[in-house]
Amino acid sequence: MSINHEPTAEQIKENRLYLQMGMTDAEYERAVEKLGRIPNYVETGLFSAMWSEHCSYKSSKSVLRRFPTEGARVLQGPGEGAGIVDIGDNQAAVFKMESHNSPSAIEPFIGAATGAGGIIRDVFSMGARPVALVNSLRFGDLTEPRDRFLFEEAVAGIASYGNAMGIPTVAGEVQFDQCYSKRPLVNAMAVGLLNHEDIQKGVAAGIGNTVIYAGATTGRDGIHGATMSSSELSIEEEQELPVMQAGDPFIEKLLMEACLELVQSDALIGIQDMGAAGLTSSAAEMASKAGYGVELNLDLVPQREENMTAYEMMLSESQERMLIVVKKGREEEVIALFTKYGITAATIGHVTDDKMLRLLHKGEVAAEVSADLLAEDAPSYQKESKEPASFAKNQAIENKEPQVTNLKETLLDLLQRPTIASKEWVYNQFDTGARTNTVLAPGASAGVIRVRGTNKGIAMTADCNSRFIYLDPEVGGKIAVAEAARNLVCSGAEPIALTDCLNFGSPDKPEVFWQLEKSADGISEACRKLNAPVIGGNVSLSNEVNGVPIYPTPTIGLVGIVHDLGQVTTPGFKQAGDAIYLIGQTETEFGGSELQQMIEGKIFGKSPAIDLDIEATRQQQLLGAIQAGIIQSADDLSEGGFAVALCEGTFGSPGLGADVTVEGSAITALFSETQSRFLVTVQADQVAAFEEKVQDAVKIGTVTDGEEIVIKDAEGTVLVEGTVEEFQTAWKGAIACLLNSED
Amino acid sequence: MKFAVLVFPGLTCDLDMYHAIEETVKQDVEYVWHTEADQLDSFDAVLLPTGTSYGNYLRPGALAKSSPACKQLQAFAESGKLVLGVGNGFHILVEAGILPGGFLRNQNLKFRSALEIVRVENNNTAFTKDYTQGQMLTLPVANEFGNYYADDQTVEKLKSNNQIVFTYGDENIDGSTEAIAGITNERGNVLGMMPLPERAVEAIIGGTDGTALFQSIMNSRGEQHVN
Repeated sequence: MSINHEPTAEQIKENRLYLQMGMTDAEYERAVEKLGRIPNYVETGLFSAMWSEHCSYKSSKSVLRRFPTEGARVLQGPGEGAGIVDIGDNQAAVFKMESHNSPSAIEPFIGAATGAGGIIRDVFSMGARPVALVNSLRFGDLTEPRDRFLFEEAVAGIASYGNAMGIPTVAGEVQFDQCYSKRPLVNAMAVGLLNHEDIQKGVAAGIGNTVIYAGATTGRDGIHGATMSSSELSIEEEQELPVMQAGDPFIEKLLMEACLELVQSDALIGIQDMGAAGLTSSAAEMASKAGYGVELNLDLVPQREENMTAYEMMLSESQERMLIVVKKGREEEVIALFTKYGITAATIGHVTDDKMLRLLHKGEVAAEVSADLLAEDAPSYQKESKEPASFAKNQAIENKEPQVTNLKETLLDLLQRPTIASKEWVYNQFDTGARTNTVLAPGASAGVIRVRGTNKGIAMTADCNSRFIYLDPEVGGKIAVAEAARNLVCSGAEPIALTDCLNFGSPDKPEVFWQLEKSADGISEACRKLNAPVIGGNVSLSNEVNGVPIYPTPTIGLVGIVHDLGQVTTPGFKQAGDAIYLIGQTETEFGGSELQQMIEGKIFGKSPAIDLDIEATRQQQLLGAIQAGIIQSADDLSEGGFAVALCEGTFGSPGLGADVTVEGSAITALFSETQSRFLVTVQADQVAAFEEKVQDAVKIGTVTDGEEIVIKDAEGTVLVEGTVEEFQTAWKGAIACLLNSED
Repeated sequence: MKFAVLVFPGLTCDLDMYHAIEETVKQDVEYVWHTEADQLDSFDAVLLPTGTSYGNYLRPGALAKSSPACKQLQAFAESGKLVLGVGNGFHILVEAGILPGGFLRNQNLKFRSALEIVRVENNNTAFTKDYTQGQMLTLPVANEFGNYYADDQTVEKLKSNNQIVFTYGDENIDGSTEAIAGITNERGNVLGMMPLPERAVEAIIGGTDGTALFQSIMNSRGEQHVN
């Protein structure tokens, strides 16, 4: 019996064994003081997991408070499994984005798959039917074999889980930069729908009510996952990592159907996913939120392995498990419901009035700690924050064009950059059409699914340009939200709320914490201006390899409403003769641009500027024009600038080309990444109506029927000329080509 | 006409099939959970949706074969009533021995979701009457095991009996034998196909080329299916 080998409370204190579990001396002392005695081994484990960054947000709480979280549509803000917004007709959209970065750095297939599985559970634990998935991925630039492996496996892992669940992946984005080499980001988002009356919460309320465990059995996998994911990964450490939790979408599909049936039963009191820190966090949080206690008999927990200790059971992160509280006396019918779906379910405890989390194991009390102490009383740190020296240096650099000799070659090179190139290689692995509601699949500006029984759609997108945030976190934070909103507006949707995944380096570095604070300020201001509150999210800190942090990457997952599905708009040109308009002035802004990275091999200078008032006005005007039905196609200008967007307008529109004239310096006009710009096409007879609605639009050319792209300057000199095919070939095959390269 | 959507655990796209019947032929349609398959007799046609039955453990469709529901399905097929299996439903029909052949992983070894050009090779079946011979359809595929395999002898038989109903008309990306996308049994009352017609019944979700398949089933009502 391994339990006999567990250190005693005194040994833990004396030998500071809590350090190995990720607790600091001060945190241990805080636990001792609050508990009124020294904790035993199991209890120390409970504290270390619940007070990890992953569960307690102890370093980031002060930052998260900056976000606006309220709005007329918000039904559930941050704090539950997922946020909820009203979409009218008594229906609501439920969504959240979460990171699974550390597991994906070690076992990319399993790590990415369980990331998708976890976020799906968060959504159905709220009582909602998951209807769409979105992902946001970051990898090294694919020049190194390890990064190619991580990319291929992570994509396959996400696909394997979402596809087997029958939930379509309808949007996503992938960017590549060496700052993510060996430390990829895998952020997965799930969106669900429910009727208002079906909203569930993770509460363990009502003295004597029964606690039921449902789902996969508990094994020794993922023990201390929450602690691990809150620490930096060093290459040497890989050998000593705990056994990774593996997922099984087959079990999850059955578990989901059973839970969604249970939601309709009045026997249900509360339900929560056993995510990070498994049984510990779900039991402690459900009790704490409800103001009650929970007593669990761990002998009754369905176990996968023999002789599991209380410590192992409480800290296991075995996947596909839910903790459920039902009315006393209704246990049998609930267990029968799960059995019908072939899912294991067992009564493991009950709700008490003493606000304690009490664990019984083999006839003894294995742990007894206040649920509030675990869930609510984690220390909160105001970390030191310091502006990095590089910031002032970058701010002092004058905006300048990179040196380009051949405009056409440069455009072809840009189209082959993996961040810009077609992501078909990725999204062809995702089932995009399951559930037969997908109106816009990956490849458009945003994903759109229809809400069956209405003429409405839900639009969604993920975005974050971390290079801008690295150069200027506040401006970059604004840009991240604004760009996500542009994606939705270009698809014909009104943005309504967002979730975020704050992926940063170690918060113990003052410069990293400064990035976190500043970008949160930028995000918050953009949320207010664009009227999209934050309704949930996740923080992933210590994304570093050997002490070098990633670029700050607060990924934005934005959701919007398409009020009339007839208004759904795509970036592709529609017919020859349509007028091509550019909305917004172009400035010489190359700091953090794809062109700068490509030519200089690094980024420097100022991030492009953004004026949120101008942004909001342009978005409103463009959306108004789309809703009035006078726009043929719409796209925002992002990485690579105008020339890339123009090419993309012709891709997927066989038989069409473009003939445009640009003003000012050619390099700036073609490749600058000035913000708040859009490329739209308008039918000739709607031109007057369009110009009246959208003030900053300038007609720059015409959609042609020649399958040629021609860009001229104001004097009529041809800057770029080529067939659509040559540009499209470069763009389409680039990622597959990079993956097949040998070294 | 009364349709059953037979659902084995892990078949996820039952909803798509259900909606396709409501959307196209507007007939009675019910989900039948695999433990309730003894009721199949009361239906006129059985639809097997796609998904990942039993997690695709062992081989896609292999575990469904040992389920009691599979016996009921075999009996239903032998009665001459219509059975349509798409995607993983096609895998189950093959594993159950109701249709010949087998499946390999896609040639690129990855799950592949795309729109495919599919050619109607035989419009003289209960499932394809409303198409024209040689018609080119655009239908979605979404699978990791879409690579249909049959040995030479089986292919000969399929050809001589006109059992090859659909082929890939443009590229045979997954590597199927003879570019086969769909086949019937000898009697012609069971169709298995990898493309997903139930996902192509409305313009707003990407096309209507699957509609005629469900209309064909309706228009074949009451016919005897003997070769």
